[in-house]
Amino acid sequence: MSLADAVAEHVHDGDTVALEGFTHLIPFAAGHEIIRQGRRNLTVVRMTPDVIYDQMVGMGAVERMVFSYGGNPGVGSLHRMRDAVENGWPQALELVEHSHAGLANAYVAGASRLPFAALRGYAGTDLEHGGAVAFVECPFTGQRLSAVRAINPDVTVIHAQHADREGNVMLWGIAGVQKEAVLAAERAIVTVEDVVDELEPRPHAIVLPSWVITAVCHVPNGAWPSYAHDYSKRDNRFYAEWDEIARDRDRFRAWMDEHVMAAERVEGTA
Amino acid sequence: MSESRNGAATPEERMTVAAAREVKDRQVLLVGVGPPNAAANLARRLQAPDAVLIYESGAIEAKPARLPLSIGDDDLAETAAELVSVPEMFNYWIGAGRIDIGFLGAAQLDRHANINTTVIGSYEHPKVRLPGAGGAPEIAANSREVIVLLRQSKRSFVEKLDFTTSIGYGDGAGARERLGFRGAGPTVVITDLGILKPSPDDAELELAAIHDGVTLGEVREATGWALRVREPLETIPPPTERELETLREMRAAVRSAA
Repeated sequence: MSLADAVAEHVHDGDTVALEGFTHLIPFAAGHEIIRQGRRNLTVVRMTPDVIYDQMVGMGAVERMVFSYGGNPGVGSLHRMRDAVENGWPQALELVEHSHAGLANAYVAGASRLPFAALRGYAGTDLEHGGAVAFVECPFTGQRLSAVRAINPDVTVIHAQHADREGNVMLWGIAGVQKEAVLAAERAIVTVEDVVDELEPRPHAIVLPSWVITAVCHVPNGAWPSYAHDYSKRDNRFYAEWDEIARDRDRFRAWMDEHVMAAERVEGTA
Repeated sequence: MSESRNGAATPEERMTVAAAREVKDRQVLLVGVGPPNAAANLARRLQAPDAVLIYESGAIEAKPARLPLSIGDDDLAETAAELVSVPEMFNYWIGAGRIDIGFLGAAQLDRHANINTTVIGSYEHPKVRLPGAGGAPEIAANSREVIVLLRQSKRSFVEKLDFTTSIGYGDGAGARERLGFRGAGPTVVITDLGILKPSPDDAELELAAIHDGVTLGEVREATGWALRVREPLETIPPPTERELETLREMRAAVRSAA
């Protein structure tokens, strides 16, 4: 299926959308397609919003963001996210904040179809007042633990290295929280580097069978400027450049117009 | 900032070297980006070659050949003894208390070593929106010890945090136990001016040492509360040539790779 068709069919205005990938395998091409198709009022979920949500926020696709670390990893701020929060540009952005442990466990609960997950942490912090966290008493020991509400996205989008011709997916390298985000979602779109005849066993690989995935799209280099282990290197230079591009509204818009809006629809097949 | 090969250490270099010295061989270190990353990797090249580096991206026993720019660099995955998912990292490793030293940074710190990395100003209308919590709240709660690294100034060392992201000693002695946290909390706060440690009595930070060439007046001037000072106040020996050269070589390798 082409990425354009997959996004048109499965990502709707107002949906809760999770584009996951922890520094590695971030589905940038899919995020760009969502922007190109002009989706609005999305609730976007990601542990590390990274440059992809900075772009989606700056282009006005996002109403609400659920996240746990909103920085440009190794560089500094996400300026489009900051501009939306600090100045409401291009529109106000509602934030739902977690810690990494909290959001990771919210996906685990979602994947398990449980209403919440329990963990230790959050107590005494101001994060506990944001509505994302409550406290429960352990029925066995009486310990007070923090609880996070499950996250079940309408659609999760990830990038992986391989799919076979039946649509089974394999990814390897830093695993992040993609498996949980896919299994927590109603629908899942996967972009892949390669379509292969057979998935070969590999160390640290995760396999997602075709019957938990809604659409597979062949999109080589679909994680740039993030990377796909054994296919590409993280474009650290671009992440540093993004700091300059995103600092200025006009420069940001010009970059997006040239590199995203004017780009060809991604017509991958699988 | 001086970067010449034989130039004097910059304030940031003094801070990183002082942090590296806190690491003992074979300790298990949870490392984030920035100065903690440099400190942990410096320690591994000096007195703690068998220190175990864990990155929250899932790399356990990572042995990066060069200083990683982000915690998700493929070098970490390539060299790790084990690679785990993010939920596993936070539940089985960090949450279960398997970390000896968790390194944390801060935008603001208070007298009880509580940390703000969320906003400057009000939450609803922040003056500066910071990245937020990341792994810090649970690293702060569950690591056996925490080392906090930050530049010291009246803006960062504040009487009252604008937002409490991670707990050091809460409102003082006994707070961590009341909150159900297992780790000891921030046993050392290292800045570009000196080293602070919590009072054994009430867990308020006290200045324990200052870097060579820094005056007590400068430290007081860079602290937003009436700072307690230990007697005798120690002086931190300046970075040795070996420490400084190793740190600079590591950094130069990152720049040439970027």
